[in-house]
Amino acid sequence: MTTRVQVNPIACSGHGLCAELLPELITLDEWGYPVIADQPVPARLAREARRAVTDCPALALRIAEAW
Amino acid sequence: MSPATNGPAVASPLMPGPGTAGTWPGRQSPAGGGLPRLLPPAGQPGGDLAAHLGRHGPVPYRGEAARLIPEVRAAGLTGRGGAAFPVHRKLEAVAAAGQGRAIVVGNAAEGEPASHKDEALLRLAPHLVLDGLQLAAEAVGAARAVLYVRRDVHAGTRLEEKMTQRYGRGLDRLAVEVVPAPARFLAGEESALASLVSGGAAVPRFTPPRVFERGVDGRPTLVQNVETLAHLALIARYGPGWFRAAGTPDEPGTMLCTLHQADGSATVAEAAFGTPLADLVSLSSATAVLVGGYHGAWIPAAQASRLRLTNAMLRPLGAFTGAGVLAALPADRCGLVETARVARYLALESAGQCGPCLNGLPAVAAALAELAGLASEGGRGGGRRPDSRVVSDLIRWAGLVEGRGACHHPDGTVRFIGSALRVFEAEVREHQRGRCGAGSSPPFLPVPAGPSTDADWS
Repeated sequence: MTTRVQVNPIACSGHGLCAELLPELITLDEWGYPVIADQPVPARLAREARRAVTDCPALALRIAEAW
Repeated sequence: MSPATNGPAVASPLMPGPGTAGTWPGRQSPAGGGLPRLLPPAGQPGGDLAAHLGRHGPVPYRGEAARLIPEVRAAGLTGRGGAAFPVHRKLEAVAAAGQGRAIVVGNAAEGEPASHKDEALLRLAPHLVLDGLQLAAEAVGAARAVLYVRRDVHAGTRLEEKMTQRYGRGLDRLAVEVVPAPARFLAGEESALASLVSGGAAVPRFTPPRVFERGVDGRPTLVQNVETLAHLALIARYGPGWFRAAGTPDEPGTMLCTLHQADGSATVAEAAFGTPLADLVSLSSATAVLVGGYHGAWIPAAQASRLRLTNAMLRPLGAFTGAGVLAALPADRCGLVETARVARYLALESAGQCGPCLNGLPAVAAALAELAGLASEGGRGGGRRPDSRVVSDLIRWAGLVEGRGACHHPDGTVRFIGSALRVFEAEVREHQRGRCGAGSSPPFLPVPAGPSTDADWS
């Protein structure tokens, strides 16, 4: 089973913490909002991905089964 | 621009129908492939109940939930609000999830400023819509029926009067509640609709859950465009075979179109899928055609002359039949200027909830306005050259917003703008040199006058 990081763009307020915690998969656009790489979360980054989800101040991230 | 009128049913169907007999005993169906189906024939009244009953008879209830669904599937009816989603699949999903609690909403928000077909339908054939609403409610076992109508259209259609009349005569089984819709571009987006009818603001939400699972008041909700409901009411009477006598095998039936001609006239007409675009809008005096409205795409007139009204032909070009808006751009207008005006409107119509849309669309619209020479409010560029980076900025920002909103507004907006950059490539080069071939003609594509305000969301 593969998983992906998803952002709820309505909940996201562009704190940018996710891009610091998971720079391999998340970069910020020029307005500070996350751009998430179009790829599954590799096993070696699973812990960092979970951390990005739990630490998001807006609770805007989730890890979902690939859709 | 003229208001919606009962324009000619200009289309000639691809497959001339056999004129099969209706399933309603003792009654001839409207000729199979003949048009119009939805709107009353020219010169005949349609808005009043007596004329409607004379033409189509009473509401053909099926007597139990779900029985109509296989007929809708066989007909191949798709949503006429723009997305062309198969209607039977929504009916099945809501019938399964509803368990007697479901809500049915007829959607006439018609937030697209260039579209008048839902308004025309509610004025000329309201009882067909109301029949379809009752039949859809029966099919999914709904407990509540709502008609969601753009506020200014609601004010002029006396719908409540017609509903009282129907209810009093036992035609309607569910009383219908009219909910006025704000005149916003996104007011008809399903999740925005569900939010407003639930008492909130008409702004989209992040899905899933989808509206058919959890919509109005958290209940499974069937949202269908009012034209879709009118087709449903005809399928219930005359059957899938009759429905398929117009259109193409893959895209059966007819659709209402709002046709903006290069001479500035606008009409609503009913056309079969598969009708040549050249039969709908006059291409001889046009340089390009906007197909599918403000989330659609520009197509050069020469190319459009070889196309038909089918998604199979239009989708590869980034366009779609959508809600049936076709606009033939007159040769004396600049497509870039027209697109820039609409882009500014679309940026203001962002619900402002998602960062990429809230920031990106104004950036894209401003860059396009600078390129088109619209940078100063209302004025033209006056020969000033745009910044040399404006096109690359525009393309980069457009790429940044795509796919990053909760709804499709950013995607549809940048698709429309992208088509303009391709089709009006020569105009882009002229504008980069500070020149524009078009005169100072008034705007061609309709954009609502006056800025929207935050208060307009509810």
